[in-house]
Order: sequence, then C-alpha cells, then structure tokens
Amino acid sequence: MSETPVTITVDGQPVQVPAGSTVLDACTAAGVDTPTICYAPNLTPVNVCRVCVVELEGSRTLVPSCSRRAEAGMAVQTDSERVRHSRKMVLEFLGSAVELDQAPQLDPWMARYGADPGRYGPAPATMDEPLRVQDDLYIRDYDRCVLCYKCVEACGDDAQHTFAIAVAGRGFGARIRTEFDTALPESACVYCGNCVAVCPTNALQFKTEFDLRQAANWRPEEHSVTRTVCSYCGVGCNLELHVQDERIVKVTSPSDHEVTNGHLCIKGRFGWAYVHGGADSDQT
Amino acid sequence: MFGAGGGTCSYQEIHEADVILLWGSNAREAHPIFFHHVMKGLDNGARMYAVDPRRTSSSRFADAWLGLDVGTDIALANAVGRHIIANGWHNPAFIEHSTSGFAQYAAAVEPYTLDEAERITGVPASAIADMAEAYAKADKAQILWTLGITEHHNGVNNVLALCNLALLTGHVGRWGSGLVPLRGQNNVQGGGDMGALPNKLPGFADVVDPEARARFEAVYGRPVPAEPGLHLTLMFEAMARGELRAVYCIGENPADSEADVAHTRKVLGDLDLLIVQDIFLTRTAELADVVFPASVAWAESEGTVTSSERRVQRVRAAVPAPGEARHDIDILADVANAMGADWGRPTAHDLWEELRQLSPLHRGMTWDRLDAEGGLQWPCPSEDHPGSPFLHGWLWEPDLGGRGPSPFSVVHHAGPTEELTAEFPLRLTTGRALDSYNTGVQSDGFASPIRSGDALDVNPADAARLGITDGERVLVSSPRGSVEMAVRLQPDLPAGLTFTTFHFPDEVDLNLITNDTWDPLSGTAEFKAAAIRIDRIN
Repeated sequence: MSETPVTITVDGQPVQVPAGSTVLDACTAAGVDTPTICYAPNLTPVNVCRVCVVELEGSRTLVPSCSRRAEAGMAVQTDSERVRHSRKMVLEFLGSAVELDQAPQLDPWMARYGADPGRYGPAPATMDEPLRVQDDLYIRDYDRCVLCYKCVEACGDDAQHTFAIAVAGRGFGARIRTEFDTALPESACVYCGNCVAVCPTNALQFKTEFDLRQAANWRPEEHSVTRTVCSYCGVGCNLELHVQDERIVKVTSPSDHEVTNGHLCIKGRFGWAYVHGGADSDQT
Repeated sequence: MFGAGGGTCSYQEIHEADVILLWGSNAREAHPIFFHHVMKGLDNGARMYAVDPRRTSSSRFADAWLGLDVGTDIALANAVGRHIIANGWHNPAFIEHSTSGFAQYAAAVEPYTLDEAERITGVPASAIADMAEAYAKADKAQILWTLGITEHHNGVNNVLALCNLALLTGHVGRWGSGLVPLRGQNNVQGGGDMGALPNKLPGFADVVDPEARARFEAVYGRPVPAEPGLHLTLMFEAMARGELRAVYCIGENPADSEADVAHTRKVLGDLDLLIVQDIFLTRTAELADVVFPASVAWAESEGTVTSSERRVQRVRAAVPAPGEARHDIDILADVANAMGADWGRPTAHDLWEELRQLSPLHRGMTWDRLDAEGGLQWPCPSEDHPGSPFLHGWLWEPDLGGRGPSPFSVVHHAGPTEELTAEFPLRLTTGRALDSYNTGVQSDGFASPIRSGDALDVNPADAARLGITDGERVLVSSPRGSVEMAVRLQPDLPAGLTFTTFHFPDEVDLNLITNDTWDPLSGTAEFKAAAIRIDRIN
C-alpha cells in the first residue's frame, strides 16, 4: 500500500498511478477510453478477448492492457495504426460469429475503429445452439456467447467457488458447459446469477429480462436504479433495484461495494419477487 | 463479556486470517456472500476448521471437519483451552494485562482432557489437539459462529466458551483476529443497536442506569421505565399465565417460527388483543384482531439496517407500496397520535437524527455520510471519525482505555436438555437451506430451481435399521407432537442424527416437534436439539 506510485507515458502524456495498477488503469487515469469485453473490475483478467491491446514501446507484440502491470518508464500507444487495426479486427471477427445486438456498449467502439462484421456475411455465423430456457431464473443463448470466460471466473475461484461451468471443446467447438452438458437445475449450479451479472453480451440473461424482450417491452433507458440492502440474512449486501413500470425487473450489486464486490446469492439476486406478490404474479 | 453486542471484525479482515474456526455455522448456505470473503482467506492460505455435527457444504472447504455430537460445544472448547494451556501456547502477557479470572478458568477446564473431550463430543482427540495448536499459534485467527452455537438451552455459555479461547490467545481486538457472530437477519444487529432489547435503550445504554435514562428522558420529554421488559420467550410465558393480554407484533411470524408452535398458537389465540403489522397475511396475522398492512422495508421505504460487521447502511424506496400498505414508521406514529401522543409524522431521517443525539456509537453517522460513504461501522462517535472496522482495540492499550480487564468465564458442559431415550432415540437438529429463508414468507415468492422442500435427512444406516427408503413419507414424533414428512437419505450425516430445514410450515409444520426449552440468559429456544422417533406410516 505504501509502495511508490508508478509513472508511465500514455500517448506521450505522463500519468502517475498507484503501484500495482494495470496499463488499463493508467489509460483510464489519462482519460483514454479503452474497449474491453472480457475484463471486469471484480474478476481476474484472463486476456482472451484481446480488444484492449495497446502498443508498448520495446515489445514485439501488442499487450493486453487489462492484465499488464504498469511499470515505471513504460510508454504505450493506444491509438496507433497498429492498435486501431488490431481492435477493429477483433471486434469485426467477434461480430462475424456472435449476435451482438444486445451488447450496445460495443457500438461506439465498432464505430470508432470502423469495424464492419457485415464484410463476412449478412448474418453472424453463430454457434447455432438451441436457446436454453430451463428454469424461471435465467436463460442461456449460446448465439450471443463470445467465450470471454467471465461467467466461468465468477462461478469459479474469482467469487462463487461453485465451478458449475467451464469451457468444454476446442476451437469452433468450444462452448461454456455444465458438467456433461447436463441441464442447469441438475448441475452444480446454485443460481447465484453471478455469471449473468458479468456477461457482456446477454448470452446469459435474467428470465425477467428475457420475457420482457420477448414481449417487446424491455425498456432499459426508462429504468430507475435504486441502491438498497438485501432483506435476507445479516451480511448487508447492497442491491441495485432496476425498476420498470414500478416493478423490479433486475437486481445487481455494485462491483465496487466492499461487501459484495458485485456478487450476490440466489436470495439476493432472485428473492425479490415477493415484493410484487410472488412468482405466480404477472411479470410482464 | 466485552460490553458491546457486535461482531468484533470486518469481513475484509478474514482475507488475512491464518486460521478460521467456523463453529456451528453453515455460512456457505446461510451467509453466502460472507463466505466469499472466507474463500478469499482460504485462497490466501488460511487453515479452516469446521465444527459442526453435520458435514455441511461449508465444511467441504475446511481443512478439517470436527463432527461433534449436538450440544457438546463447551466440552470441545474447554478441551481446546486446556490443551493450549497445557502446552504453554497461551498468551501470558495478554492474559496478565487484559483479562481477569485466568486461574479459575484454567482450573475449570482441567478435567477436559483430550480423551475426555473425545468421549463427550465424539471428535478424535488428535483433531482437537490439531485445532488447538493451529488456533493458538496463528498470528491472526477468527472464530465465526451462528445459531449452531446460540440455539441451545445454554447458548450464552456456548458463546462464552468461545470467547474464553480468544482471551486465552489474544485473538481479539486486533486487525484480522476476533469473534464473529454472523447475524441471521438483515437488521437483527440494527434492532439491538436501536434498543429493541428488553434491557437496553438505543446504543446499548442500560435501562437500569439512571444517568442513561435521564439522557433519554431529556430528549423524549417523558419518563423511561426503569425496569427491563420481557424478551420474547418470557412474553410467551406471561401470555400463557394470562398476565400479558395484548400484543403488537411487527414483522415477525411466531405462529410459524417458534419452537413447540402448537403452544405458541394457543397463547396467541387466547389474547384479548393481537395486532399484527406485516407485509403479508402470515399465519400470525390470521390470528390477529387487527392487521396493519406494512410496506416492504427495503424496497418500498426509507431507513437504515445494520449488518453483522456493524455497518449501518441505507435502504431506499424503489417501488411504491401496494394498496393500503404503509411505512412502519407512519403506522406507528398514527397509532401513537391516536392514543393521544403528539408524534407528528416523523421521517426515517428525523428518527435517525434523534438517534444520533442519543447514541454515541452512531453520533458521527450523518444521513449525508451514510449516503455518500455507502455505510459506516459503529462506533463512529464524531463526524470526522471514519468508523470502526474492528472492536476492542482497547484490550491492547496500556491503560485498557480506562476500562477494567475482560473476565474469563467458567462454563461447563451440559448436553441437550432432551436426552435420547428408547422412545425417542434419534437426535433432530434444524437449519437453513441456501435458497430459502425462515418460514418462507419472503423466499416462497420466487421459483427456485434447486428447492426440494423440507425433508428429514437420515443416515442410510439408520434408515436401513428402520426399514425406510429414500423419499418415503414417515411420521416424525417428539415428546411435543408429530409431523408427516419425506425422508432423504444423507450419507454425510452421522448415524443417530437427523436434520431438516423449516422453510415450508404449510407443508411440514416442523415446529410442532422442536424443543422449546430455552436459555434463561438469552431467551433463545433449543431448536438445535430435539429427541425424535421415526415411524413408518403404513
């Protein structure tokens, strides 16, 4: 904690960050917006999406800014031709194989780098897996999965330590799976929903949101978000209640809250239905 | 023992603990997000010992599971203490400076040899010795507990037995070391802090202390009763004797949740007046003369709650309350005004300002700070005070912060009040499931894919002896009554022990058979130890 801060150069501008910070932290401190997909502040970086790469002076290859520690004297370029080209290709290739229409946070980056997935065909060549709707809490839509591993990390040793899912198969056959691809209710899943909360593309989606989208009634731009405290047990988890039409439609937790780090259990995540009279009442 | 009722550590501190004793707590299921912090500690190299009659899901993450017989916690703790002393692993400087009564404690635990403890508890002597050594030699060590410690006829003594271990080794009052009771409800800590205890005023001021009362009387503008009131269990006894004739019950469902619940329902039904204020028409509300529909405290109302780490946090209204449901504070104010008082219509913020005037623990917690800083941990005596991550640092100060030394307590093993007999040969203990909560008033509202209802977990050897099979419906009887329920074979449960959750009273009225013997020091019933019999139905 008392270690000396580190100064690095971002696009020619010196920026000082606390020891232990990443290059991504330094970019953010320098006011540079960096695209990320597999990165989350409450998960260990896994470096799989490669969209956050920067050019590091003296390095043969581009480096992922989300995991590379800032070291004194480093000089990085975030907007060089090489960086722009690499980010464009990553976004384009992802868009060519994954439905990204429910990941609007990617749109500005697509535009910035001129990524045009349409160059590879009119529609993305997705995994073409059946939609999995196996219970009332969340759904899995593999056509939206970018294999970013966030769900695996949240289910595993970054938070939940349940290890219900992992990446099975290789190459184009790689999928996030439960053991033996068993149905969720029969798997090790404990329905904390922490995988859903970190999914960047809505491949994992709360059933309430899914149902409202099916009814063409999901209107996130109108949502109010209220911070409160869970009504179960005495741990004091902070909840963000997302409300549409005076009904709770989604529950999250702030990733910077020191009690939850953004993670909840099944009761905190899904146990709110009684506020509106219970599971049998009309949710749409 | 230390003068304030709260967990001594912050959750963050367990990340740095070297040894964790998880004693009578299945935090993995009952406090899942706290268990995330435990996992950080384990990932950082902490050793964990799980002390529980059941091989719980929490215990699977432990280095060792000490599967003691139900109700033998004091024998185990005293043996740990004796073994630490016998090997010279205790902390003489801390004991000399900060504690009193060590000699009496050492003499009292002398009979609890490892072999004797193994005989009483069923835990191998070597495992007890290993846990004692690890705990004593750790730099930072915590003892965590829940209702496995407190829901016994001698729950307070169980707690004192654990506190003794912390005094013996100096594992309290320092960052990373401490004693952590995990609270079962989102504001049970706050309720106590706010004076919802029969002998305390807000901020733990003693009702019997005239100076404390004078402070409150000056603000309240009326006398404060000088005698402690009754806790819940004594209230039910007073109801049964016909002395307590009117009850105003807010946000509690005793007609489902009390042990020996048939008795509870009878005395509630015999009252002259029962007022129930709740969000649903619970079974208790069905017995009421008057029901006040209340708004949901955490989603339809403004206020605060306080967590197990003494963190006061704001709850906020996100949706409007349905129908005629109203904020608890508004209902209470209207009742008071109707009785002739002049309370006006205070807001949650108004009441918080009153509390800050009266409770030094909360004085520095302005409403704005609670908003801006996302919660503060008491004590927080002034507006420039950052709040207190851990308690009892005074134990390590040269002058003990002007206080007296902290006393050891002499406590002895006393097993469950209900002994196993030929008629009732099996032990029943109860606990929570991950996806459900208490009597189900809240958790019944969502469709959990992993919910299986209340079933009686039985060791396969016991089941074979009784000729019962997995899923079979049986009659489960204690000296108080019988319930019909399904059996679930559970190889992880020791032979002779049975277990069930209690979340679906409409399907399995389990508290008809639980043990209502209670601890005279806490008023808590012995939910964790009944004697039962299982009979086949056909």
